[in-house]
Amino acid sequence: MTEVIGREKSFLSTLREDRWWISPMLVLFGLLSFIVYSTWAAWQGEYFWWSGALNAEGFGGYLSPFYSPTFFLDITKEGIPPISHALFGEWPNWLWWLPGHSPAWLILIFPLSFRFTCYYYRKAYYRAFTFSPPACAVGGIPQKDYKGETGVLLFQNIHRYAMYFAIVFIFLLSYDAVMAFFRDGEFGVGVGSIILLINPILLGGYTFGCHSLRHLIGGRMDCFSCSHSAEHSHSRWKIVTYLNRRHQMFAWCSLVWVGLSDVYVRLVSMGVITDLNTWV
Amino acid sequence: MGNRKFKIYRGDNTKGELVDYNCDVTEGMVVLDAMHRIQADDANDMACRWNCKAGKCGSCSVEINGRPKLACMTRMNEYSPDETIMITPLKAFPIIKDTVTDVSWNYKQNLKIKPFSPAQNKNNTEKGLVMQQVDVERTQHFRKCIECYLCQNVCHVIRDQDAKEKFVGPRFMIRLASLEMHPMDDADRIPAIKEDHGSGMCNITRCCTEVCPEDIQITDDGIIPLKERVVDRYFDPVTMLYRKLFKK
Amino acid sequence: MLDISEIRQIEFDVLVIGAGGAGLCAAITATKESKKVGLVCKSLLGKAHTVMAEGGMAASLGNVDKRDHWKIHFRDTVRGGKMLNVWRMAELHARHAADRVIELEQRGAVFDRTKEGLINQRNFGGHRYPRLAHVGDRTGLEMIRTLQDYGIHQGIDIHMECTALDILKDENGKIAGVVCMYRDTGEFIIFKTKSLILATGGGGKAWEITSNSWEYTGDGYAMAYEAGAELMDLEFNQFHPTGMVWPPSVRGILVTEGVRGEGGILKNSEGTRFMFDYIPEKFKNETADTEEEAARWLAGDKDARRPPELLTRDVVARAINAEVKAGRGSIHGGAYLDIATQRSAEDIKKKLPSMYHQFKVLAELDITKEPMEVGPTCHYFMGGIRVEADTTMSTVDGLFACGECAAGMHGANRLGGNSLSDLLVFGDLAGVGASNYAKQLGAVPKFNEEDAKKIIRNATSILNRDEGENPYLLHEELQNNMQNNVGIIRTDTELQKGIQNIENLKEKNKNVKANGSSQFNPGWHEALAMRNLLITSEAVARAAYMREESRGAHTRDDFPTESEEWCQYNIITKKGEDGNMQVIKEKRKEPNAELFRIANATLEDLEAEVAEERKSQL
Repeated sequence: MTEVIGREKSFLSTLREDRWWISPMLVLFGLLSFIVYSTWAAWQGEYFWWSGALNAEGFGGYLSPFYSPTFFLDITKEGIPPISHALFGEWPNWLWWLPGHSPAWLILIFPLSFRFTCYYYRKAYYRAFTFSPPACAVGGIPQKDYKGETGVLLFQNIHRYAMYFAIVFIFLLSYDAVMAFFRDGEFGVGVGSIILLINPILLGGYTFGCHSLRHLIGGRMDCFSCSHSAEHSHSRWKIVTYLNRRHQMFAWCSLVWVGLSDVYVRLVSMGVITDLNTWV
Repeated sequence: MGNRKFKIYRGDNTKGELVDYNCDVTEGMVVLDAMHRIQADDANDMACRWNCKAGKCGSCSVEINGRPKLACMTRMNEYSPDETIMITPLKAFPIIKDTVTDVSWNYKQNLKIKPFSPAQNKNNTEKGLVMQQVDVERTQHFRKCIECYLCQNVCHVIRDQDAKEKFVGPRFMIRLASLEMHPMDDADRIPAIKEDHGSGMCNITRCCTEVCPEDIQITDDGIIPLKERVVDRYFDPVTMLYRKLFKK
Repeated sequence: MLDISEIRQIEFDVLVIGAGGAGLCAAITATKESKKVGLVCKSLLGKAHTVMAEGGMAASLGNVDKRDHWKIHFRDTVRGGKMLNVWRMAELHARHAADRVIELEQRGAVFDRTKEGLINQRNFGGHRYPRLAHVGDRTGLEMIRTLQDYGIHQGIDIHMECTALDILKDENGKIAGVVCMYRDTGEFIIFKTKSLILATGGGGKAWEITSNSWEYTGDGYAMAYEAGAELMDLEFNQFHPTGMVWPPSVRGILVTEGVRGEGGILKNSEGTRFMFDYIPEKFKNETADTEEEAARWLAGDKDARRPPELLTRDVVARAINAEVKAGRGSIHGGAYLDIATQRSAEDIKKKLPSMYHQFKVLAELDITKEPMEVGPTCHYFMGGIRVEADTTMSTVDGLFACGECAAGMHGANRLGGNSLSDLLVFGDLAGVGASNYAKQLGAVPKFNEEDAKKIIRNATSILNRDEGENPYLLHEELQNNMQNNVGIIRTDTELQKGIQNIENLKEKNKNVKANGSSQFNPGWHEALAMRNLLITSEAVARAAYMREESRGAHTRDDFPTESEEWCQYNIITKKGEDGNMQVIKEKRKEPNAELFRIANATLEDLEAEVAEERKSQL
């Protein structure tokens, strides 16, 4: 007789023999890639706009979602929208320290906080980054006084406020999608327009499937049939529930698509690739 | 399907070993059938807990090749013919003997929960409670639970972090959800859910949902909605103010 | 030498053995009346056989069809029971079932709802109206979980995984206690009690093909028998018509009657819907005779008569049996139960989720696309411990019984859905009866220590002897014997052979040996159960041999019809002075005239009477 089998509580202890580590590895790779790319892209502060010519004027154009809305613009940069696009005008002196004078820094906190406190992403990164636990029935890092989300992680409860901002962004990005169908006031369609149109759709699928939204819109009620307004809430709740069941899928699709949109606008703006469109 | 190799934990909470067995497997057999065959032929005194053999009672919870499962609902043909099948007791609970564990902790959690308290209003009639199907569906979904405790076993808060004092576990979170979402229940359990039952201990890594043999959406439909109700009460200034103003 | 004072003892006013629906109900009711209530269960709490019940609990709530009334429920019950029911029990059941169901809802059960928001009710075999309060196809789970979650807050002292071995009495023959054994440690314990309620269920594990789990070893029958109580009508063993037949390892697992209630039809290998050929004379007027009428009924036409698939269980089981014997069985020797062509896939998943799941996992079959293969499986004991209807007390002072282990309520055949309501009604009555008895008793009677010693010695000798019979093999042998010789269709010679085999097995069992220690030792538990199974089997076989007629679930090939004469008699088995089993043919009491009238009224008359009664109340 040996000691009791498979009962030790140590990091990675498991009796599983399947490749349980694949899924957290994929998540780790996927999220890290996005973080690295988006940080780099935000750092650039240029080549996030294209409207037929470098620094072109006029109504319409492609704007990278990382840079929307644009608060300030450093007009010395290449591949940026006309200054009229900046909500607050030229780059202020007191923001001299922001890397690359990039307006992306000023807004990325909103989508970032939404995704960071998202009930799906929490699972993803708790498993892949903090190993609590790395996979089901695989030992996490033993802690003396495990607190879950009652200690430092208490801030996760702000998720619904992050969601409110995320909804604002859906409207902003939808506006950008409409703009992408115009160039110098003229309607048209380009590959970029399609890409920037799909972007808010996927983001909407993700944002409107939010668990907090599902709660606020109807889930908080115990009775769906007790009043007329409750019945309406129930219909809305069912729509959010439909999206909520696909939250993970939309989370990844929208994440990849946002990155892809930026890549596309950037490459077109830099002149590396040519946008196929109806304007030429 | 031929002769198959098994490794089954034999022993108690202090010492034990994986013992090799062989068993002839025929079509349609589940792991529990093989355990019974081994018990009858080679190991008369091998303890194993079971009842209905149809996935309805939740007695035969074990870990098969390291994964928490019901032995009666795990078919032998899920494993490749040359794979050795390893059966071990639930890790989160003390072993009584062989694959049988002491799950009494779970029964103590249930005692902490304020039971159903029917509202005494116009919908409580002599013909019973008046409730619409749409309103009871969420509660019914949770009541599919067969108390196999696989979710309790796989929950890392209970399994790895020894926080049994601080968290009731997924099974009882959905019991709480079934009561909180009951259209005719009058009791308020939100303070208890936050404090005594430890909703904040869960970091929603969803293993409970993955192992649930009844496919209950423990995380999405049970725990997260409860966490959101706790946010309403304790963390969201707007809903807190609303409650104050309208005394709801 | 064994010293009884070294064995732990706990004292109760009321002790309940068995924590299924009946036991929990009894214990809960007892807490309202008595101070110290105990509950002993062989498994973990909430795992008892009640969770296997699927279809629903019958009660004349009248939520779906307002015409329903307790009198009609009563009539259905006794006609289904072939008039052999204890009249008063069937009456109590039909009268109180609705109240008990509503009470269960107040305790937290969440039934499916009607459009008006009331408890929904579904059709079932033998019930005139949609009568079964249900939750999908997991009604038993709902019931036991509700009682469990409610019961744990009532101050019941619950002892889980604890096997009752035998009953203790005082010198006057009154109940004094029971010797039990904790399965996990093997520790013995004596529960002293003023009154004892047996709610131990049936003994279906004596058969090979059975829907019953390991727990169903007839413990209550055997303990009561050993304590001198009378058993009644044990020859009536219900074979549920639809158990799974394939794959072999799940043979016998129940397929709910709800499948037929929701429209499922039975076909043979030739594709014929054969139940139309098996409608008994007595039910001709109430059963559809064309597929067209059956379809109209399913669509909700209240004037159409019920499809023949919803005839009582004994009829359907025999029909399937006959089809298979005639060579028209399914590939694996059953009949085809087809719901796929009758209802949409979505409906099936919604109404029968656990059946869908069960077939998907265990048989790799999608019931929304393909027919199921089903065949009869041993399911339920109508007979059991003879009790007095209102108090549920047996013929031993202080010994009560309720649920499946009590006799009388269901007569010769039980209607589906009547068992869950039986548990609620008689569980409750037992709680009251046992509490009242305990109250008038004063002190707990003093048990005979020699008896206790003997019980413990008998149990430990199984472990202590050097060698002997393998209990698992003995059990298999018994199951073979019961399946082949005391099965659905019985004959004189087979029954004689069956009895002889049981006698041989009894001899072998005296030398049964379990290996290993006393801690959680299934071999030992199996050996302990063997005695109970053997007593139960013997009583079944002997009673079946004596009853020379076919009635309800008891079918004799050599006496193929019901006999007026036999309807006057119950068969009583009890332990004789010499220690051998006595089998007595006992004349039944004259029925209450009013009840007799209701039972024999035509449906039309009774419906008119009920409607009239309602009008006058308004």
